[in-house]
Amino acid sequence: MESIILQIAARHMRPLLVVLSLVVLYRGHNEPGGGFIGGLMFGAAYILYAMAFGVNKTQKSLFFNPINLTALGLLVAIISGIPALLVGDNFMTGEWYTFFAQTAFELKLGTPLIFDVGVYFAVAGMLMLVMFSIMEE
Amino acid sequence: MILVLPVILPLLFMVVLIFTRRWLIFQQSFSLLASIGLTFTSLLILLDVYQNGIMSLQPGTWEAPFGITLVADTFSAMMMLTTSFVSIVVMIYSPGFIDRERQTSGYYPLVFGLLMGVNGAFITGDIFNLYVWYEVMLTSSFVLIALGGSAEQLRGSIKYVTINFVASIFFVAAIGILYGQVGTLNMADLAAKMRTWDDGSYINGALMLFFIAFSVKSALVPFFFWLPASYHTPPIAITALFAGTLTKVGVYTMFRFYSLFVVFDQQFWQIFILTLAGLTMFIGVLMAASQFDIRKILSFHIISQVGYMVMGLGIFTASGIAGAIYFTIHNMLSKTNTFIAGGLVYQRSGSYDLKYLGGLYKASPLLALLFFIPAMSLAGIPPLPGFFGKFFLIKGGFEAQQYFITAVAILTGLFTLFSMVKIWNEAYWKKEPEEVQIRNGKVHPSTITATAILAVAVILLGVFAGPVMEISMDAGEQIVNPEMYINAVLGR
Repeated sequence: MESIILQIAARHMRPLLVVLSLVVLYRGHNEPGGGFIGGLMFGAAYILYAMAFGVNKTQKSLFFNPINLTALGLLVAIISGIPALLVGDNFMTGEWYTFFAQTAFELKLGTPLIFDVGVYFAVAGMLMLVMFSIMEE
Repeated sequence: MILVLPVILPLLFMVVLIFTRRWLIFQQSFSLLASIGLTFTSLLILLDVYQNGIMSLQPGTWEAPFGITLVADTFSAMMMLTTSFVSIVVMIYSPGFIDRERQTSGYYPLVFGLLMGVNGAFITGDIFNLYVWYEVMLTSSFVLIALGGSAEQLRGSIKYVTINFVASIFFVAAIGILYGQVGTLNMADLAAKMRTWDDGSYINGALMLFFIAFSVKSALVPFFFWLPASYHTPPIAITALFAGTLTKVGVYTMFRFYSLFVVFDQQFWQIFILTLAGLTMFIGVLMAASQFDIRKILSFHIISQVGYMVMGLGIFTASGIAGAIYFTIHNMLSKTNTFIAGGLVYQRSGSYDLKYLGGLYKASPLLALLFFIPAMSLAGIPPLPGFFGKFFLIKGGFEAQQYFITAVAILTGLFTLFSMVKIWNEAYWKKEPEEVQIRNGKVHPSTITATAILAVAVILLGVFAGPVMEISMDAGEQIVNPEMYINAVLGR
């Protein structure tokens, strides 16, 4: 089934959803959001695309294999525990750094964000993997 | 810091193996090295714990009742060491037994996922975290059972996953009740608070739900039916891994929970557990004796021998627990060994069915010997470890004056011997039958090597029964005196 309305919508929604998912990921630690929800939105963007254009075309437009994305996410999540070891704290302790302090662009980044990025990748990859294999049938 | 490694290393290995899942040779050699590394780590932990007492760690530096604690005492370190040793053997065995298709479609990453769940369940000090590790374990094992997707495997895996999910519901419900009542999830904190509690009714209700959940996971009477219905379906290397690890995690958790949480109505719990242990032993072995498929006989034996372990728990003296721990370790090695020796029979003759087997002793004495060692160990013939395991348990039973359960244990031993001799007679001793599946099938050298290594390990466990029993006594003391565990975690 090919619907021109869905195709146009999907083409425009995909970049929008991806950017929004990044926003949700970033604000996640102290406000509603986070890696899991961001990952779901990222996956949803590509599932919408696959519904409009079919799984094959979507997979071609991805430059990675969903299962590798999941594995990458797990790897990033493990890595997020390591900075704490270097500072001398226990594994997985949250370490925070503030950039541009006292200016309008104050940016607070920490290892929990890296962990969330890992969750983001893992969830997005897993969601795409599952949905693509169901939709291929 | 070493305490996070048993969980983090398998995860890391899994990631590497997912990226490289199509490179067969790399998968095989990397998994073997990885499992050796894991064994080495567990050995270091065991040595450390045995010398310096219970170790605990707070990942994330959140203090004990609030963060997730990792704890290793002697018992959990011993279990981790045995599990990772079993995984080495399975990694040597798999290349020669599992077909290429399965090996390149995620078999190795899944095994490490399973090991991560098992190790996590052994070292976590938080009941909700424990639930999560159980789910990790269940998910990996579910995919491993279904991997390959033959109709028989799917039938088995549906039964397996359904009953295990139901058990998980009981598990979470019990966690909810305990959290609502006591207000903490940390196991040591829970145990400490329960000791000052005045009303045990909710706590005992929650414990009963826990008990149902773990008796499903470790296949106790009356919740054992899923095990023989699913364990014989995947390739036997996978079954061997399950037999060596999964049900034992349930047993381990039961020991931990009984030691920490059974504060009220101890008499009731003791009688209850001893009754179920006796029934499990006896019913398991009776059903094993009536089967004709090697895998089914061995599956029913798993159940019967879980009964022995739980019997040690019911006796609940340091020597009884130590006997049960020694028995558990012996069982993880010998059980895996009988399963993979059964796999050799399959490679040689193309069947697991005793009706189509025969004459293997004459055809291949080496195969016969490799089966004979673990089988006689399970049956409890000295000087193999099964004898010492049962001996310590029965001795513990007499010392605690639990005569009835001890009598059942001795009787069950007799039946175990009978069913092992049955496999021996049918597959090795009797004449080769007229209709056979394959004559002179090829046995892969890697499978023989793996079986031989494990058989040597079984013998060594029997030879060094003294030192191993000494470490088990240490573990038993820690289980009987939960204050040691509580103090180590809460830092008092």
